[in-house]
Amino acid sequence: MIVGEQKPLEEIWEMIKDHKKVLVFGCNTCVAVCQQGGNKEAEILASMLRMKAVQEGVDIEITDAGIERQCEHEFFEKAESRIGDADAVLSTACGIGVQFMAEKYPKPIYPGLNTTFLGAVEEFGVYAERCQACGTCILGQTGGICPIARCAKRVLNGPCGGSTNGKCEISKDVDCAWQLIVDRLRLLGRMDDYEALTPIKDWSTDRAGGPRKLVREDLIDE
Amino acid sequence: MSRECKTPSRLEKILAAGHFGVTSECGPPRGSDPEAISEKAALIKDHVDAINITDNQTSVCRMCSLAACIRLKTLGVEPVLQMVTRDRNRIALQSDILGAASWDINNILCLSGDHQSFGDHANGQNVHDLDSMQLLQTVRLMRDEGKFLGGDDVKRPPAMFVGAAANPFADPYDIRVSRLAKKIAAGAEFIQTQCIYNMEKFEDWMKQVVDRGLHEKTYIMAGLTPMKSVGMARYMKNRVPGMDVPDEIVKRLGDTPKEKQAEEGVKICIEQIQRLKEVKGVAGFHIMAIEWEEKVPEIVEAAGLHPRPEV
Repeated sequence: MIVGEQKPLEEIWEMIKDHKKVLVFGCNTCVAVCQQGGNKEAEILASMLRMKAVQEGVDIEITDAGIERQCEHEFFEKAESRIGDADAVLSTACGIGVQFMAEKYPKPIYPGLNTTFLGAVEEFGVYAERCQACGTCILGQTGGICPIARCAKRVLNGPCGGSTNGKCEISKDVDCAWQLIVDRLRLLGRMDDYEALTPIKDWSTDRAGGPRKLVREDLIDE
Repeated sequence: MSRECKTPSRLEKILAAGHFGVTSECGPPRGSDPEAISEKAALIKDHVDAINITDNQTSVCRMCSLAACIRLKTLGVEPVLQMVTRDRNRIALQSDILGAASWDINNILCLSGDHQSFGDHANGQNVHDLDSMQLLQTVRLMRDEGKFLGGDDVKRPPAMFVGAAANPFADPYDIRVSRLAKKIAAGAEFIQTQCIYNMEKFEDWMKQVVDRGLHEKTYIMAGLTPMKSVGMARYMKNRVPGMDVPDEIVKRLGDTPKEKQAEEGVKICIEQIQRLKEVKGVAGFHIMAIEWEEKVPEIVEAAGLHPRPEV
């Protein structure tokens, strides 16, 4: 899922403070899982901003609403009137939702979150990166652990010389991806594969190739 | 037993002739003063076969390795161009390789580089379009097949002796020899190791290297850094990633009066070289006297590695 983290209240306030009617608009799928941008969190954020407005003595109407996903047209139908009433929207979706709304509505759409990464819920309250959407998956060769997302140097033939006690040179709190890969290859009885050189990567399927698009001709109505 | 040379590199000729090779390294200045390189080079040039120039080591921004290598070349000193994959993509790396080759820089050391969070530009992006093994493959492709990675021909291919680093002490330990084999398969013709302090562990690693015959496929130069003080030993032990400094080294320096610790550090380094000369598969020494280049001649002489052979 896409993980996000709410921006500092001060930063949000600076974006919205000059508007009269602001809608805090939640996105109840990915970012709701990490309890940062769902409809419930949008409601809490709206109330914090109302308190802030009172403190600052600013006359601003702040309401909240939300939909299941801000990255698909069909979900917006039930919220059209709420969005239409607002001068500006503070979207608590990921950066995709914010942009999707900005394309749809000719009014300011501000980001309430910093979109952080594509990750998993390691345990309640702990979310960690797993994928960088490079467009050419090599997990089949690396024992199911991605060195692009999980190695600080995205080394494809690792580990580098900085791996110590299973941890990355950048922090004792970060697992060395290549230690995990080696452990996993050993578990799977595939240590012989370790000595195969990973070829130079074609990054054209990554962001290097420009904005990416997938078109499924078979699904598009004539 | 002498081996065939593939490049005009003096370092390669010395190693191929069966002599112990001796290299050292200099960090370029944090400014544009050319004298900083010339002065360091003058201190050590008669005691080593080649001098590595580091490439923004520890991610602290400095004068580029290539320009400093060219300076060495103009002074008649043989450089080893260090190149990290952190700061440049495959276009820039190949371009710099050609630039170096145009000055007949005949040695290159391919590295991934420390993470930028260690340096003075922690907010910067890192590139890692290639990794260190893929950079080895790239230089060999350019040299041996006269091709760019993109497939086009290189006019006047770079005649470079191609090296890599190896850290016998990093984790996971059980793949450290496999990893060396991988670097050799990628094209590494010489290896400069991480600074050795844990002699037993290094000897164990070398035994496995020799058992697999890897010492016959690459020249392994043992890396050494003399300690200036017990404080440096503690710092290296606790703060430098992938470094293995045994307690007895820290204790030996700690038990030495402060004003004699530097001398003791040099003594330890000389003893290490004497011991390593007897280790099968060790082809030479890479003496990294960090901001202490003036000690290199003393170490080389005391270790019986001077004068350097003519080739």
